[in-house]
Amino acid sequence: MTVNDLRVYYDTPAGTVKAVDGVSFDLRPGERLGLVGESGSGKSTMALALMRMHKPPARIAGGEVLLDGVGDVMKLDDDALRRIRLDRLALVPQGAMNSLNPVMRVRDQLADGIRTHEPGDDRDALAARIRAQLARVGLDADVGGKFPHELSGGMKQRVAIAIGTSLSPSVIIADEPTSALDVVVQRQVMETLRSVQEEIGASVLIVGHDMGLMAQIADRMGVMYAGKLVELAPVHDLFTNPQHPYTRLLIESVPTLMAKRALASIPGVPPTLINVPPGCPFHPRCPSAFEPCDSEVPLPTAQNGRVVSCHLYPEEAA
Amino acid sequence: MTAFLEMTNVSKVFSAGIIRRQHTVAVDDVTMTIDEQSPSILAVAGESGSGKTTLARLLLGVIPPSSGEVIYRGQSVDDLSREQRRTYLREIQPIFQDPFESYNPFYKVDHVLTVPAKKFQLSESKQETTRLIEEALDMVGLQPAETLGRFPHQLSGGQRQRVMVARAMLLRPRLIVADEPVSMVDASLRATILESIRRMKQELGISVVYITHDLTTAYQIADNILVMYKGSVVEAGSVEQVIRDPKHPYTQLLVSSIPQPDPSVPWGAEGEIAGDPESMEVAATGCKFVDRCPAAFEPCRGQRPLLYHEHPSRAAACFQYDKSPALEGQNLDVVFEAQLTSQAVGGSVEPKAN
Ligand SMILES: Nc1ncnc2c1ncn2[C@@H]1O[C@H](COP(=O)(O)OP(=O)(O)OP(=O)(O)O)[C@@H](O)[C@H]1O
Ligand SMILES: Nc1ncnc2c1ncn2[C@@H]1O[C@H](COP(=O)(O)OP(=O)(O)OP(=O)(O)O)[C@@H](O)[C@H]1O
Ligand code: SF4
Ligand code: SF4
Ligand SMILES: [Mg+2]
Ligand SMILES: [Mg+2]
Repeated sequence: MTVNDLRVYYDTPAGTVKAVDGVSFDLRPGERLGLVGESGSGKSTMALALMRMHKPPARIAGGEVLLDGVGDVMKLDDDALRRIRLDRLALVPQGAMNSLNPVMRVRDQLADGIRTHEPGDDRDALAARIRAQLARVGLDADVGGKFPHELSGGMKQRVAIAIGTSLSPSVIIADEPTSALDVVVQRQVMETLRSVQEEIGASVLIVGHDMGLMAQIADRMGVMYAGKLVELAPVHDLFTNPQHPYTRLLIESVPTLMAKRALASIPGVPPTLINVPPGCPFHPRCPSAFEPCDSEVPLPTAQNGRVVSCHLYPEEAA
Repeated sequence: MTAFLEMTNVSKVFSAGIIRRQHTVAVDDVTMTIDEQSPSILAVAGESGSGKTTLARLLLGVIPPSSGEVIYRGQSVDDLSREQRRTYLREIQPIFQDPFESYNPFYKVDHVLTVPAKKFQLSESKQETTRLIEEALDMVGLQPAETLGRFPHQLSGGQRQRVMVARAMLLRPRLIVADEPVSMVDASLRATILESIRRMKQELGISVVYITHDLTTAYQIADNILVMYKGSVVEAGSVEQVIRDPKHPYTQLLVSSIPQPDPSVPWGAEGEIAGDPESMEVAATGCKFVDRCPAAFEPCRGQRPLLYHEHPSRAAACFQYDKSPALEGQNLDVVFEAQLTSQAVGGSVEPKAN
């Protein structure tokens, strides 16, 4: 999947919220791309928009999302969209465990998706697929007969993954898939996601705030600030040698068990996406800000294997 | 001296199912005190479904205990007069797990701030109320002008959660019960919010019960921690002892499962946990952790382990430590006080307020 200059805006009485403002990246086959960043920087908006599941007042203000063999998702008609959802592109939404239908048994929720896409299956074949799908996420077949409220948070989250991956999509978008779970279950859910992903050969975009979790699961990581992707790098490089000042401060604010100290946060106030500061949106809070920062928007530049949007890093001579 | 809030042998049992009645012991025999004289931050950790939220709801008086008592300023919460109950409800403020559920989608977010301000008559004038609200929003890093006047769905997850923290602060309570207050915000905001919670303790003497699955932040801001497993306290004590040197095999599993923010440190210990721990039945007798425990030995299936006081500021409910005396009446106060007293005489690292 290739995303080019995607823009998603919300029209509100107070003004236009530029929640996603010119984001470009590609999701490579089979990779796990982590997406972190400020709260309210547009991650969920983008996750929804990639599947065209955003709701008004959000609108796509520009850009394209190219999917292999499909073309530009932003241009598909409703029919074509319905066909590729689940089949090619799957979303495990933020708070997925609360998005299950409370009055439907797990097996019927799973059957629903499969039936709309592949109406051919007879009842036995369908039942077998549902069992296999539950097994894939490490759940017993009898979970199929249960209602969501009878399941724990971790089990519900696994059901959500089972539904999302039932048609072996090539791209899975997971928005904070484990943020309400304890670390032991978190590890299990992530292992589940990883094994399903590897089995079906899908690429995954994982949105989250837990830097520890991201460090453990992602191959590459993107960092968003104020509607923009400010850095994109292999996970190891990002943690050991962050380039963008925002990334650096974000990583510094992650506490560890090593020493007890006052928690460090980034000084200043997060910007509002209605009135994004001119130039680099991070300049009012950036310790390295210099002359061009408050007037010129830094463009993404390639820096050996990563992409950074910051005036400190001018385009390298090729 | 009557304590601010006490739990004495508090249990909560939920019954579900009409034909085959199932009983879930969500909180199993907890005894502890939250004192006003020595404000503290108590972290509560444990797996999903271990009873953390139920414990919070018992403290908040949202649900009554099935047995035992919650005692507010010397009086059982069940027997409070109207006037006392009103003070109780102001003095203990919640911050809930899922901020979306705490909002009514048809009201602007202002609603969650102005209603309690009115209900508890925080100020004389409307301007004063507005000032207090703006101040509270400021403390959690939100811009009042950008936040007020919006509907809940117009805010991001993290923004909604911070409005709830601001709401709790607005009422200047004596105790804040925060259920996963920062699980949905970025690391920098996490630090901002947790620092403001810590400042509330240090500057305003507000105690905090901090429910979390993030043991790293628990270690950073809490004085003490209580680890729950299937409703029971399995380990409790100072964060230094419990998180840095866990004794109960379940706490050890939790600590070793913390994902480190360093891709070169592998996630979790070897020896994966088999099966689905969450749906595992609890043995009727013996240690609740026995079916998952790598250290299980003969006594473990016989009886429930008591909380053994194996370190001045730590107790563990595990037979490996039964040479040490059991906590009297399972009361956690002694292990928690040890930490607070050592702090009072400057014995432990006191984080700088900024
Ligand atoms: N329906 C809406 N109307 C107007 N603005 C909105 C709406 N939904 C979201 N926004 C704004 O768009 C911005 C991006 O929101 P989004 O939910 O995408 O952020 P996020 O990065 O997912 O944040 P979080 O990490 O807190 O979940 C926020 O500033 C938010 O206030
Ligand atoms: N109203 C209720 N009716 C029946 N059972 C309940 C009710 N509330 C909680 N339970 C059960 O009590 C147990 C403890 O639940 P609780 O919500 O306190 O766990 P928790 O530790 O907060 O979990 P999480 O980390 O997932 O939030 C669970 O088994 C749950 O299913
Ligand atoms: S462009 Fe300037 S203000 Fe922006 S992050 Fe780089 S140095 Fe800082
Ligand atoms: S009492 Fe036995 S089974 Fe329980 S935690 Fe200790 S060693 Fe393990
Ligand atoms: Mg989000
Ligand atoms: Mg809970």
